[in-house]
Amino acid sequence: MCDICGCVGGTNHVHVAGPAIHGAKGRPVEIMQSLLHDNNHQAAHNRGHFDAAGVFVVNLMSSPGSGKTSLLETTIRALRGSLTVAVIEGDLETENDARRIREAGARAVQITTGNACHLDAAMVHAALHALDLRGVDILFIENVGNLVCPASFDLGQHRNVVLLSVTEGDDKPEKYPVMFRAADLVAVTKLDLMDAVGDFEPARAENHLRKLASDAPMLKLSARSGTGLRLWIDWLVSELKTKSHGPGALQAAIHG
Amino acid sequence: MHELSICTALLARVLDVAAAEGGKQVSNITLCIGPLSGVEPDQLRLAFPIVARGTPCEGAEINIECAPVQVHCKTCGETSVARPNRLLCAACGAWRVSLISGDEMRLLRIELPDAACANTELSHV
Repeated sequence: MCDICGCVGGTNHVHVAGPAIHGAKGRPVEIMQSLLHDNNHQAAHNRGHFDAAGVFVVNLMSSPGSGKTSLLETTIRALRGSLTVAVIEGDLETENDARRIREAGARAVQITTGNACHLDAAMVHAALHALDLRGVDILFIENVGNLVCPASFDLGQHRNVVLLSVTEGDDKPEKYPVMFRAADLVAVTKLDLMDAVGDFEPARAENHLRKLASDAPMLKLSARSGTGLRLWIDWLVSELKTKSHGPGALQAAIHG
Repeated sequence: MHELSICTALLARVLDVAAAEGGKQVSNITLCIGPLSGVEPDQLRLAFPIVARGTPCEGAEINIECAPVQVHCKTCGETSVARPNRLLCAACGAWRVSLISGDEMRLLRIELPDAACANTELSHV
């Protein structure tokens, strides 16, 4: 770069007084960074914090009303006595979901985003100041109900779980490829309503998922009837074991 | 609309780089946005001038380079172009493919007007 005029045309030219007559429009500065560089940096910091605390973190994403909170209530009750669960709840407004989680027996902190359509890593970091992670084995982050925006923001989680309720239609993976590609597991929920809905084909949903080059397992669940719950719990425990955690209560709990 | 959040982050990053480079104005911002990035280029173009108002990025031209969705087949080894919701190998139809391009969401470069020349009233021949 020319030290005198700052242009990138090298130093082999003569400077003269007068208006600039550069051939180039301006001086390019190469950057090559993710547009979400700062968020990704914060997410990596969060993940380091989770790893140091020995907490396995699962980010739950779906449309509004697909049963994220219901699945969490059932999961907390099913894990009671073996694993300790905490939840960060994301919603535009209200403390309703955090209240439901506390009633089910887990620690919960509510993030109200106002009009923001997704959680980001800084919001999760701020929530951690209000959440005691000591003794926690699994932290669920219930993202804002939305099949678009949350997919782009790393929060520091270890796994993404995307819910698809039978009332939404089995072509959702085809319509929202970015979200479903991000899934480590897809949970088809409200299975108890499948007969009433009539036209939801789990095999069709799975076919759409595979067309996204995803080998994520697809589980069929009903938080209400308990169908599929064992497989869901087994998946959680198995993923938790594959994470490298430090020794402690967690290891004892999952190996005991 | 998460594009507004992304524009806010983009603006902060561009202003940092411009300040470090001694630029008082940014004339051009070039991004690479793939169809599988989850970001809509038109929404970015709409949102950026709103967040950039009153900053050195006001009036900056936004160039968006769109990378095609390309997959590499783990079965037959072919590389092919694919649709965002149909990531299948064009040669053998297999779904076990890895994405080579199409999910980029990157700030590639910015361009600063040649303020150094203008300020010192220098140009070169």
